[in-house]
Amino acid sequence: MARIDLVDLAHSYGGNDAPQESFALKPVTMTWRQGGAYALLGPSGCGKTTLLNVISGIITPSRGKILFDDKDITPLSTQKRNIAQVFQFPVIYDTMTVGQNLAFPLKNRGVPKAEIDKRVAEIGRLLDLQPYLNRKATRLTADAKQKISLGRGLVRSDVAAVLFDEPLTVIDPELKWQLRSKLKALHRELDLTMIYVTHDQTEALTFADTVVVMHDGRVVQSGTPAELFDKPAHTFVGYFIGSPGMNILPAEVRGREARIGGYVIALNRAYDNLPAGAKIEIGVRPEFVEVVAPTAGLLTAKIERIDDLGRIRFARARLGDAKLAARAPAGFTSSDGTAGLKFDPAHVHVYADSLLVEGAA
Amino acid sequence: MDKTINQKAWFLVLPVFLVVAFSAVLPLMTVVNYSMQDTFGNNQFFWNGVGWFKELLDPSTDLGGRFLASLGRNLFFSLVILAIEVPLGIVVALSMPRQGWTVAACLVTLALPLLIPWNVVGTIWQIFGRPDIGLLGYTLNAMGIDYNYVSNAVDAWVTVIVMDVWHWTSLVALLCYAGLKSIPEAYYQAAQIDGASRWAVFKAIQLPKMNRVLLIAVLLRFMDSFMIYTEPFVVTGGGPGNSTTFVSIELVKIALGQFDLGKAAALSLVYNLIILIVCWIFYTVMTNAGAERKVQAESEPAAVPKPSASLKPVTALKPKEGVV
Repeated sequence: MARIDLVDLAHSYGGNDAPQESFALKPVTMTWRQGGAYALLGPSGCGKTTLLNVISGIITPSRGKILFDDKDITPLSTQKRNIAQVFQFPVIYDTMTVGQNLAFPLKNRGVPKAEIDKRVAEIGRLLDLQPYLNRKATRLTADAKQKISLGRGLVRSDVAAVLFDEPLTVIDPELKWQLRSKLKALHRELDLTMIYVTHDQTEALTFADTVVVMHDGRVVQSGTPAELFDKPAHTFVGYFIGSPGMNILPAEVRGREARIGGYVIALNRAYDNLPAGAKIEIGVRPEFVEVVAPTAGLLTAKIERIDDLGRIRFARARLGDAKLAARAPAGFTSSDGTAGLKFDPAHVHVYADSLLVEGAA
Repeated sequence: MDKTINQKAWFLVLPVFLVVAFSAVLPLMTVVNYSMQDTFGNNQFFWNGVGWFKELLDPSTDLGGRFLASLGRNLFFSLVILAIEVPLGIVVALSMPRQGWTVAACLVTLALPLLIPWNVVGTIWQIFGRPDIGLLGYTLNAMGIDYNYVSNAVDAWVTVIVMDVWHWTSLVALLCYAGLKSIPEAYYQAAQIDGASRWAVFKAIQLPKMNRVLLIAVLLRFMDSFMIYTEPFVVTGGGPGNSTTFVSIELVKIALGQFDLGKAAALSLVYNLIILIVCWIFYTVMTNAGAERKVQAESEPAAVPKPSASLKPVTALKPKEGVV
């Protein structure tokens, strides 16, 4: 159990001399607190697995330090780091029973047999593996196998952190929910720091108290699911989280208003100090834009189609070259294929060069 | 689905039947025919029934004694080379590099002995071991070790075994290497994280995953060594005395040396039968291992618990409790 600090940590598979743009993991400094549930979220190739492997010691970072409770463990091997990791595909020791599989990490560390038995029984119970402890581990389905992998990660009570590398990829959707809630329950139960890598936002948002969004080797935002939803720090976060993602529209912003093609959108805050020459965009989630009948003074968009998601309907519209999604209220129909757009000023954010700008109140 | 029925299709298979008949069935039947008869040359044959087979299995007769002794030597030889080549092949495969140009270099080097014709292998070792001009034989004798495979039975055995190990360990190593390469990297990483020692990794991951290729390696090496002829024949000619005379060498002596076609035919049939039976046992074991796995896979849904839909409240495990 430990607090984990990453200090100016970076990794390049091509060596340190390679240009920083090519780094798989660009320099990052952050702190993971003891007992937290974290998710590393990002598309494939964004560097999240690299970061995870750096923490677990499978990869030695080309730059920077990792501290566990202020102790520098960067040069230590995986064995000495006191880390547990669960991989994307279940790893099962075929010749052993389920129980022996769970006991393996403890046995290798010379834990007394009585302790091992107790711990294996506990983990077996927590993961509903009890009836199968004495059975060969090969005789099981993918999700049962992955549960064994999870169990091997959780069986040591002294680990600094448990790392999960997209552990539910091979699991059926129906079981995914159950295993995820199980993990969440285990996290509450066992007081372990858990770091969960995934490209699935639902998984990340339901599992973690803190979601770390990565993009192109960089950590672009780290915050609670609500923060990521309400105040994306980067246009990528806005776009990546939420379904459909945030609408990003190029605009001219001056003071308390944004202008798109001559139409004015009111803003809640004043933006007077925008950096000169930066690319200015506004971002607003589809939930906070409403399509209404075309009205003078409202931005007019061309409706392409309306997606009915059951509880809510989203209109897919086109505004010049830009595409956007907006909430379609019940009963809304468009007679001529156009609609006016009503923005909720409280939820319109301004981005300069893709980064969120905090306006003045 | 409607299946087209056209019996004329049999004509397409006919050539194969003819080829097999002439290349396998007829020669085999000729041998069966010989094994029931005796001949004193001049193409004159006399009926002998199962006489040769009776003699073959009776150690008190000349034929039976020779056959059973060579069979014993052959089995001992196979066991010894398996006991050496399989572990050695595993060790070689484990110590081979996993990536980089050295992989290709290792593979080529290992494959070299496999590419050398068998009689050339025999010749190489025949000369290599000669006490007068051979590098090995000369060196050993110069070091004060009395080594002569022509006169000493133990030396002859050692030479033949070392030669086979030199020739064939590569095959086992290459098969094992293929098995090792197919193990996903995640297994090693998981084992590292689980704190497994080198030995534990071997026992828990590598050996079980090499299981099937090892079975194939054992089968191939057993068959080959059981039928071995060329190499020991070139090196020792079956001697000194009869000490390195294996079944195939005995067979050639009887068939071509003494021209005892009846005895030789009976011997070769029994020899063939032994190989077939061992093959069959191996085949059954291997397919059963596979079938067992398949049955397991099919019965999985029944064998596995559905995770309980509702989470049971868990209270027993305290955070700090358990492993120190």
